[in-house]
Amino acid sequence: MWEQIRDNQTRSVILVTALGIMLILVGSFLGQTLLGDWSIGLLLALLIWVVMTLVGYFQGDSILLSLSNARKIGPGDMPRIYNVVEEMKIASGLEKMPDIYIVDDPAMNAFATGRDKSRASLAVTSGLLQKLSRDELQGVVGHEMAHIRNRDVLLMAMCSVLLGTIVIIAWYGSRVLFFGGGTRRSSSGGGSAQIIILLVAIALMIFAPIMAQFIYLAISRKREYLADASSALYTRYPEGLASALEKIAASTEQLKSANNATAPMYILNPFRKSGRVAEDLSSTHPPISERIRILRAMAGNVSLAGYEVAYNQAHKGGGGIIPRSSLVSGDVAAQHDEVSAAVTPAEKERAREASDVLWKMHKYREITCNCGLKFKIPPDFHSNSFTCPRCNTTHSL
Amino acid sequence: MLIAIVLILAIAIILVLIIAGIYNGLVGARNQVKNAWAQIDVQLKRRHDLIPNLTETVRGYMQHERGTLEAVTNARTMAIKAADSGVAAQARAEGELSQALGRLFAVAENYPDLKASQNFLALQEELTSTENKISFSRQFYNDSVLQYNNKTQMFPSNIIASMGGFKAGEFFEVTDTVEREAPKVSFS
Repeated sequence: MWEQIRDNQTRSVILVTALGIMLILVGSFLGQTLLGDWSIGLLLALLIWVVMTLVGYFQGDSILLSLSNARKIGPGDMPRIYNVVEEMKIASGLEKMPDIYIVDDPAMNAFATGRDKSRASLAVTSGLLQKLSRDELQGVVGHEMAHIRNRDVLLMAMCSVLLGTIVIIAWYGSRVLFFGGGTRRSSSGGGSAQIIILLVAIALMIFAPIMAQFIYLAISRKREYLADASSALYTRYPEGLASALEKIAASTEQLKSANNATAPMYILNPFRKSGRVAEDLSSTHPPISERIRILRAMAGNVSLAGYEVAYNQAHKGGGGIIPRSSLVSGDVAAQHDEVSAAVTPAEKERAREASDVLWKMHKYREITCNCGLKFKIPPDFHSNSFTCPRCNTTHSL
Repeated sequence: MLIAIVLILAIAIILVLIIAGIYNGLVGARNQVKNAWAQIDVQLKRRHDLIPNLTETVRGYMQHERGTLEAVTNARTMAIKAADSGVAAQARAEGELSQALGRLFAVAENYPDLKASQNFLALQEELTSTENKISFSRQFYNDSVLQYNNKTQMFPSNIIASMGGFKAGEFFEVTDTVEREAPKVSFS
């Protein structure tokens, strides 16, 4: 049943190798044109890559989480999100519960990170918690859990490091080449071979970042489709994720704390012109309208095979999202629990619930007066007592 | 002569490796089934532990629903008793408990005071989530059983399975029909 993970890994290894070859090409050609030596350029490129990869592997998740101002919550802080994550953890067969983080941001988004299945984290924005029902939240969390389960997070992190290295080297290389590297050519006195190398170097400088971007997109888009398919299988209810995506697409808020390197980690591309609807502008992610259409076309059969069929309908053939080996098991019926839908509080209460958690995370103390008023006491409040403005009761701290 | 011996040895080693690989795969699959079963058990116990709290909280508000409350308590007792009497019997008893709980939550809709109680809301969230966790762990258990059974029945692993005494696993079937209905999806 889990063969698709292994199959996908082989495919990913090929793509990562392609990215690596790109890096080697850029490095060695730049070395030849600028320093007159293939090996030095190659070594420098590899060195930069190794350092960035090591940092990404060991510190990537904490860097990403702190960059996005995410704060960790426990089971008692917000039972609803904790329970939803635990449900999806069970459904996906993951052994260890991932850490849950909340990002204080009205934009709706979520991402997963961590280098392996036993050290994974999952972050959601407070906007997502406010605006999504329980079923929708389950779909989104299922999608992120699939990323963890399919080992996408590490792969995507390593790919973005490679891509970043290529872009950086090409960028600096082109500056040096165009604005200062001209003198070296005459001294080595090569003739036509030298000019060809120079031309190739310039071509590489221009096309390598673009090519790398394309390879990167090829990896990340496939992974998004597979995560959608897995989410439908885990929840047995594709409509949940579909309507969550619909809500996310319709919102116009932009995530404050995202950048180019972290974009593919999110459930939806965080970059879009602010004020504009998300529509199909995303590039690291497949068009959102298409993701919704495929999920809705699955109807009764929510297995991976059902997703493949729906995908083929949307694309008039093509397919190949799900490896053939995992398509053998039969139909899986969708099921939906009405009680689960009823237990979701109204949007106003969800907003209050989310903001209460945020207050708590900022170490505000909560005191409820006998008359029903709730007070949030800031951590730097120095006085020993305060008086309730409604009923004049004095509370000591 | 020497070549023949080496050849026979090589074939023997490869055969042993293949058999060991299949055997380990079977053990792995069987352990996953056991593990998945333990997961269901954890969630079922959690539900059994939560129910006394729920009936205690609800009792004060629902004077006229004695029958519904008793049905839940009885179903819980039956489910705990059925824990040692095989997968099928346990599945049936737990299914009845789910239905009794569903009726209780449906009746609770008529009591606005109860629905406003923080305690009740927290319990409802916990129980609903536990209910979901039960069905998700059951889902994962059945997937694992399917995977394991396929291995014990398909060639060539079935030969090793029958020699090593690997018996087919039992599915955790849902008895009530409501849970199996496909949701209505509107395309508006």
